[in-house]
Amino acid sequence: MKFESPAGRNPIDQGRVVGVAQPRIDGPLKVSGLAPYSHEYHAEAPGVAYGVMLGAGIGKGRITAIDTSAAEAAPGVLLVLTYKNAPRQFDIGHAPPGSPAPKKGEKPGRHNAPQLQGPAIKHFDQSVALVVAESFEQARAAAQLVHVSYAAAPGKFDLAAEKQHGTVPEDAPDSVVGDFDAAFAAAPTTVDVTYTTPDQAHSMMEPQASMARWDGDTLTLWTSHQIVHWAVDGVAGTLGIPTDKVRVISAYVGGGFGSKLMIYGDPILAALAARQLGRPVKVALTRPQIYNHTSHRPATIQRLRLGADSNGKLLAIGHDVWCGNQPGGEPEKAADQTKLLYAGANRLLRTRQTLLDLPLGASMRAPGEAVGLLALECAMDELAEKLGIDPIELRIRNDTRYDPEKGPERPFSTRQLVECLRTGAERFGWSRRDPVPGKVRDGRWLIGYGVAAAIRNNLTVASGARVRLGGDGVLTIQTQMTDIGTGSYTILAQIGAEMLGLPIDKVRVELGDSSFPQAAGSGGSWGANSSGAGLFYACRNLRDAIAAKAGYNSTDVQFADGRISANGHSRSLAEIAGHDGIAAEGKVEFGDLTKQYAQAAFGAHFAEVAVDSITCEVRVRRMLSVCAAGRIINPQTARSQCLGGMAMGIGAALMEDQIVDTRFGYFVNHDLAEYHVPVHADIPDMEVIFLDELDDKSSPIKAKGVGELGICGVGAAVANAVHNATGARIRDYPLTLDRIMAKITVPAVA
Amino acid sequence: MPVTRRDAMMIGGAAVAAAATGGNAAVPHQPPAPVAITLRVNGKARRLSIDPRVTLLDALREHLHLTGTKKGCDHGQCGACTVTVEGRRINSCLSLAVMHHGDAIGTIEGLGRPGALHPMQAAFVAHDGFQCGYCTPGQICSAVAMLAEIRAGIPSHVTDDLMQVAFSDAEVRERMSGNICRCAAYPNIVAAIRDVQEAGA
Repeated sequence: MKFESPAGRNPIDQGRVVGVAQPRIDGPLKVSGLAPYSHEYHAEAPGVAYGVMLGAGIGKGRITAIDTSAAEAAPGVLLVLTYKNAPRQFDIGHAPPGSPAPKKGEKPGRHNAPQLQGPAIKHFDQSVALVVAESFEQARAAAQLVHVSYAAAPGKFDLAAEKQHGTVPEDAPDSVVGDFDAAFAAAPTTVDVTYTTPDQAHSMMEPQASMARWDGDTLTLWTSHQIVHWAVDGVAGTLGIPTDKVRVISAYVGGGFGSKLMIYGDPILAALAARQLGRPVKVALTRPQIYNHTSHRPATIQRLRLGADSNGKLLAIGHDVWCGNQPGGEPEKAADQTKLLYAGANRLLRTRQTLLDLPLGASMRAPGEAVGLLALECAMDELAEKLGIDPIELRIRNDTRYDPEKGPERPFSTRQLVECLRTGAERFGWSRRDPVPGKVRDGRWLIGYGVAAAIRNNLTVASGARVRLGGDGVLTIQTQMTDIGTGSYTILAQIGAEMLGLPIDKVRVELGDSSFPQAAGSGGSWGANSSGAGLFYACRNLRDAIAAKAGYNSTDVQFADGRISANGHSRSLAEIAGHDGIAAEGKVEFGDLTKQYAQAAFGAHFAEVAVDSITCEVRVRRMLSVCAAGRIINPQTARSQCLGGMAMGIGAALMEDQIVDTRFGYFVNHDLAEYHVPVHADIPDMEVIFLDELDDKSSPIKAKGVGELGICGVGAAVANAVHNATGARIRDYPLTLDRIMAKITVPAVA
Repeated sequence: MPVTRRDAMMIGGAAVAAAATGGNAAVPHQPPAPVAITLRVNGKARRLSIDPRVTLLDALREHLHLTGTKKGCDHGQCGACTVTVEGRRINSCLSLAVMHHGDAIGTIEGLGRPGALHPMQAAFVAHDGFQCGYCTPGQICSAVAMLAEIRAGIPSHVTDDLMQVAFSDAEVRERMSGNICRCAAYPNIVAAIRDVQEAGA
């Protein structure tokens, strides 16, 4: 079904199950350790062998010699694969045989990830060998016996040094409205500031892991992936086999945050070894390998130039972004939110991407906005301070009802930024903030308040589902959609229950299997809305089928309490379904409503920090996020998504930093002891408020995404609070205590 | 009294001399002989003939197929593999199975099952104390043992009065900081633990 005109009233609006806090239906399995993740399918793979990947020890160059003889002779070893004996695979540009032509602008085989194809080393921890043995311990010991010699080549590892060579990325052209240069030059108040954000690591708790089993020419792959059909395409494309010969199962995914939108060494190496050995093989990346072998959020350098009149009205908005990546890698589109967040007649947004030889940069939670807002929302704070206008008031004065690049003909479908800011200000107690830094103290601690606006573009993706009502009255939902912690199992059960008039315990949800209908998957915050809309249409088709079988006219029937009723007659759904049950499928495709209307979720984040006036240690004392993101399908899981984003935003502000060794070209701090993420002691109680909102232009279920909105702007709110506490304006993230100490303007107190 | 930052850092920052111990342990070329051990896992004696290099974590996951205990880092940095040994919580990835011959091992599977959840497991569900679920068994095992540590009067870094060890949110946040949750369900985890504590108090 194509969604191309605003949704009218439909069964989702009943709000009987949808919109009500519902504990996760997969909760009991997860808290008892019975939910299986990809490395944990023992019954499905008797006689499994263990593969251990060896990664390259240089950042760029080539293998000059590789000696596997000791490893091959080691006890239990079954196979050692290197570029010398690995089967030929297919790189990006080669779609799986028999696949339809790629969509416009998409490269064929864009998910391919060939391994061990030659001596060239493009990045640190690129796979150079796989050792397979009867046991994990044997494979691990033998992997240390593989001797690799390298000739290192000079590489480009330093974004600041390379940025001058940047070029305009194909998918991030310059955005020019009005005459920025003239307006900025004439503006009475301006800020011209440069912020930097470092490389960051997803650091989800479950490492990438895969188990491969071949049955004849068909591969079954248990892997940890966010979008099942992308994994199928990537594996089939790399191996050069049709997609119908690959089945991917990702029933439970231990976090992703964008990292598991791609495939890496584990599924390909497991598949190659399993085929060669004729037995199942599993391969998990080690924690240290994840940081350099897989992808990361790339660093940015961002120059913000804002010009305003004396009332704070923006006259000129300039945002220049420099980023780097491997050849073929995407830009970090950190200027994207600047297109839509504030009004202003003269605008200039430019992205320049340069080649770097670091590991591949790719999507991490809110790619673009997450780092773009770290710069933009601090620059707005700087402008507010210069103008002597309250930072909330400044943002309100620059609100817009339409896409400021396109004009009034492209209005926002919904936009409650001002309401988010006002509600938050009241609930947080913003009036207690003293705009002069260092005025509020608690003993030796300096207290600061900060605010930032949040925006995350609303993306929609085609998605399908299959539903079946059984004679036991249970509705079974099957879709390739994944649940990476986002709550998909639960919200899809809620939507199914709402549509069919069933209690939620009469709904079973099966996810993450490529034998189910293709779905949106989990990425870009499109999962809940898109997969929910696909399920909506599947359920609507099922309602029609049930009504037809019951002999009712489907236009005036009611589904409630496990029964269908019309004109005073009523029958139980279980009885109509009967022994054979009734099944239906449905799919959503999206028309051009996202072109007609600017669609985004909005929010406002508030942070209170305490900074030790002597050591400059920062403690976040409390946080509040107010979000307007369409229909909130499950306030409990949506709140958790926001809490997770807020904590990751605190990490971005205060600690997360993949440190590049520019001599050797790798991330030095490549484990969880050295790459710091927030722990219990870093995170206070935090509050989330969702404003009432339905977006009828977004989908028939009128929802939008919250998973990424939660991180957008959070770090800037923290940084602005640190400034309010200390007077230190730190423009290089993260705000570690040494950086604050170098700039603090407030005296220490014991 | 006014203090300069430099003064404070001089007083507070004791120099730490790190002794670098050499890492290159020789890789054995002969396979280590399997060792016969018995682990008492969740009250059941489990006999294993096991490669002495197998960690307690891998013994549970790969040999006993108790996959509720998770491998997040294999280096004692994340806490996903937390189990109890003789009632004390440990990172099972940092311990070899052969070191635990005869020991009582408690894993998530021993706490409760769907339909008969342990109060801590039920509180995690009720408070949404997890999202992806991968760190969850470790968080829960850790939380149960952590409450026992407070009851036993074992102090922590944030305990003000060493003679008066008492439950507080600050104690929970400090004592649970070895269990990382990247989904950051932290506020919900603390709420779940608080619930269990209050119900048991």
